[in-house]
Amino acid sequence: MATLVDIKDLAIAYGKAPPVLAGFTAALERGSFTAVVGPSGVGKSTLLRVLSGLTAPAAGTVDMPMQPEKGRRPVALVFQEARLLPWRRVLENVSFGLEGTGLSKVERTARAQETLDLVGLGQMAGRWPHQLSGGQRQRINLARALSVRPDLLLLDEPFSALDAITRQSLQDELLRLWHETRTTMLFVTHDLDEAVYLADRVVLLGGKPAGIVRDFPVDLARPRERDTANFSDAVREIRAALSESVNDGAGI
Amino acid sequence: MHRTLLAALGLIAFVLLWEAAPRFGFVSPLFVPPPSGLPSAFLREIQAGYWVSAVLASLRHYALGLALGTGLGVALGIATALYDGLDAALSWVVRLLRPVPGLAWVPFAIVWFGISETAATFIIIIGVFWINFYAAYGAAKAVDKDLLEVADAFGHRGTLAKLFKIVLPGSTAGILAGARTGLGQAWMAVVAAELFGVPGLGQRMMQASSLLATEVVVVYMITIAALYGLTDALFVQLRDRLLRWQR
Repeated sequence: MATLVDIKDLAIAYGKAPPVLAGFTAALERGSFTAVVGPSGVGKSTLLRVLSGLTAPAAGTVDMPMQPEKGRRPVALVFQEARLLPWRRVLENVSFGLEGTGLSKVERTARAQETLDLVGLGQMAGRWPHQLSGGQRQRINLARALSVRPDLLLLDEPFSALDAITRQSLQDELLRLWHETRTTMLFVTHDLDEAVYLADRVVLLGGKPAGIVRDFPVDLARPRERDTANFSDAVREIRAALSESVNDGAGI
Repeated sequence: MHRTLLAALGLIAFVLLWEAAPRFGFVSPLFVPPPSGLPSAFLREIQAGYWVSAVLASLRHYALGLALGTGLGVALGIATALYDGLDAALSWVVRLLRPVPGLAWVPFAIVWFGISETAATFIIIIGVFWINFYAAYGAAKAVDKDLLEVADAFGHRGTLAKLFKIVLPGSTAGILAGARTGLGQAWMAVVAAELFGVPGLGQRMMQASSLLATEVVVVYMITIAALYGLTDALFVQLRDRLLRWQR
């Protein structure tokens, strides 16, 4: 597979403080699904902010050979909270990222409707955000990012605030969308079960400053079953590595 | 229904007391003109043509002063909220000018513009400017930072894009609350601005009071109340339409 994103020696710092993340080097294959896990405060969200261009890195390079194209944005971010614009109807929320990409209003509306249908909320186009449930809002959050047909989709713990049943149905939804769109996914989570269920690679961040502690390939067959021994073994292995890295950190 | 009934009873009781006080000789009708005398006073004002021309003149000052004062206040308020440099540069200018009462500008209005419509409009502009300035400034400052970040994440990084996609819609509720306060404030300013001789409701009230025609003064007080009620009701309709996205 071809490399889509090449991250070299990335360092992230807040102001003049010592970097939270340093020497981060990783390549993301086109069409891959990577999960990033690690203790809270390790810089997982910050990594996504840098990749989406919200924060400038202190050092290092992010190489994404993608040229701007009509109706597309190379990178899109799914926020942890839905962050929908309350004064826009659902459809206009989905087309938010398409504005300024060279599409006419008619084309934007068509694309937004198509993306809404894709996440199963085509009927909700005319609703206001406050009329939706938490799960529906997260689907719109996801649709807003998918509508720009990104090469790289960044997801920042998008399902963490949902109840268990909604979370699992959205995980399956996300996998279906991944199969249909073949978008490269970078998914931050603190839920190891979620990471193993979704990703074909789990990257464990840890240390101070943080870097990649371990890089686990997950080669379980899809669709994955949570109640199998192989699944539990994979989760257990990552959990052991996570506890180890947290304990090492505490010992410094 | 219960509330509507009580409201009607309260109003009737108020008018009855008002009527009783001069009628039973508690006060002179000159001091408190009884409401029963108002319809005929109103008819006289209409027939003489004073009422319509005064209302039209005042409405003209009102509309122009309100539109300019609101527009300028909102524009400067938002600009100050968006640009820290402007905020810092204006902070003491604002502290200096803010506490000056609108009426204190009357001498300057007369010196600069004469006893003219422009002078009256100027007083009304001053009367509503600050309310709108502070309302817009506060509302724009309070816009959800998370939503500004959404704009950044989806490529809307310029100030103008953020202004129209996030800041203005996000501060609409606050701006409209300020504009509504200004709506009432502007009617007070209209009367004040016309008291010094610019034709309109205020001038007509002044003329009537100098002739001790207090019932005519009351006719114009009620006229102003009715015009305010009408503009406020229309404004509430507009506001509810603009804010229909709120729960």
